[in-house]
Amino acid sequence: MTNEELKTKITELLPTATYEEGGEWLNINIEPADWLFFAQQLRNDSSLYFDYLFCLTCIDWKTHLTMVYHLSSTKHRHNIVVKAKLDRNKPEIETVSHIWRTADFHEREVYEMFGVNFLNHPDLRLLILPDGWEGKNPLRKDFEDPVNMIKL
Amino acid sequence: MYRETQIVSDVSKVPLEGGEGTFTINVGPQHPATHGVLHLVITLNGETIINIEPHLGYIHRSIEKMCESLTYRQFIYVTSRMDYLSAHINNHACALCVEKGMQIEVPARAQVIRVLMDELTRIASHELWWGAMAMDVGAFTPFFHAFRERETINDIMEETCGARLTMNYMVPGGVMHDIHPNFQKRVKDFLQLYKSKIHEYDELVTGNIIFQNRMKGVGVLSAEDVISYGCTGPVARGSGVSCDIRKLYPYEIYDKLEFDEVLETAGDSFARYLVRLKEMNQSIRIVEQLIDNIPEGDFQAKTKAVLKLPKGEFYTRVETARGELGVYIVSEGGTTPYRIKFRSPGFSNLSILNHMVKGAKIGDLIAAMGTLDLVIPDIDR
Repeated sequence: MTNEELKTKITELLPTATYEEGGEWLNINIEPADWLFFAQQLRNDSSLYFDYLFCLTCIDWKTHLTMVYHLSSTKHRHNIVVKAKLDRNKPEIETVSHIWRTADFHEREVYEMFGVNFLNHPDLRLLILPDGWEGKNPLRKDFEDPVNMIKL
Repeated sequence: MYRETQIVSDVSKVPLEGGEGTFTINVGPQHPATHGVLHLVITLNGETIINIEPHLGYIHRSIEKMCESLTYRQFIYVTSRMDYLSAHINNHACALCVEKGMQIEVPARAQVIRVLMDELTRIASHELWWGAMAMDVGAFTPFFHAFRERETINDIMEETCGARLTMNYMVPGGVMHDIHPNFQKRVKDFLQLYKSKIHEYDELVTGNIIFQNRMKGVGVLSAEDVISYGCTGPVARGSGVSCDIRKLYPYEIYDKLEFDEVLETAGDSFARYLVRLKEMNQSIRIVEQLIDNIPEGDFQAKTKAVLKLPKGEFYTRVETARGELGVYIVSEGGTTPYRIKFRSPGFSNLSILNHMVKGAKIGDLIAAMGTLDLVIPDIDR
């Protein structure tokens, strides 16, 4: 499907979604509360069929966090980007690790690097950072480590 | 600051699924078969694997955070240290992303040089994997055979780029400097050497019945699992999933080249082994098409001394030797990226390990894990 067709189809599924213009892929902004329902629709609808989550990450905008999901369909070969704005003090969003298994590790990475709490994640523990690191999130913009970080 | 990491030695601290009669062993962080500092905590019941939990981060350098304070010219050099066996291709992905943001047109000569370097890197990477894979399952000689050819490529790289592993040769707009006058001759010598020796690979390992028995039917992955776990590269193609970025989303001149995407459908370790061996031949095909047809002209586009990406988000993906590498740059319009994310192929490929060997015997672990072709700095970043 082209970006325009995707836009029409997704507006039917989720009327509250907003879109960002520009960029090669369709950018969809959603509310975090809608994410689980929306993700299931994206995966299971036969005309959308986004079965491949190729990138999952988070951006710290200092005032809020943004979750970014890059999705692709191996059947239809179309791509979209889904973004959800999270509260920076209490970031929470539903896990999608049961829909796309690759989200398991990627969500654990985002959990430790940004402190996002993935609700109902089966195994939300530190993956890369050493034990006892909880509470400090290295990829947040206000992270300070006077020993290991060299300011340029 | 040195931090001591607790190695699990007390079984009571590990959540067990197997219940009574199970025990835990550690593979790594220092183990020859993990090819780096990967630590696996394996729960066993007798010889049967119940659960594998990878512990990562022994060489985590937080390259993503580092890149936030480096300019668009500087950050490319750090990425050679991610997947050090396909340094050229990492650099290529970053250069492509900056070029996409700034809309820089890359001269034809630079494009051809880049593709040549990428393919030579892919051959070198697969050669090393082939040698290491055979060594993992107990054959020591193939390692030396593989290094004979790989060293030739490394020498070519050293002559043109000045380095053998971390080449740092690709820059936004093209390549850093022109190829060495000997480059074409030495690549042709390499092609001749490769062709005179490649039959040894099949005679020594592929056709060996002991090797086949170790590899066939081990670590079987279905196409659905591979897609769901986000596996790419030879791991996915061994299960029949077409995912070659060079074919699906061609960059540079790949759409004008003749080569085949190698697909196997068995999904076991032997299928992944065959994919990599056949991929080397496809790379040779690409190098042969290009080596006599390097166009004249500039090797680098004219760019400003200070690069500034416009405000926005840019994503590029390329096919490394291990799969799909994605570079995601979020720019605020400055000289440094606001946020950068490397979607590394190894990280996703590793996540399928538990699923892949659960219920298998521990002896099959290495035969299955070896074909994932893990490079630990690429996973930890």
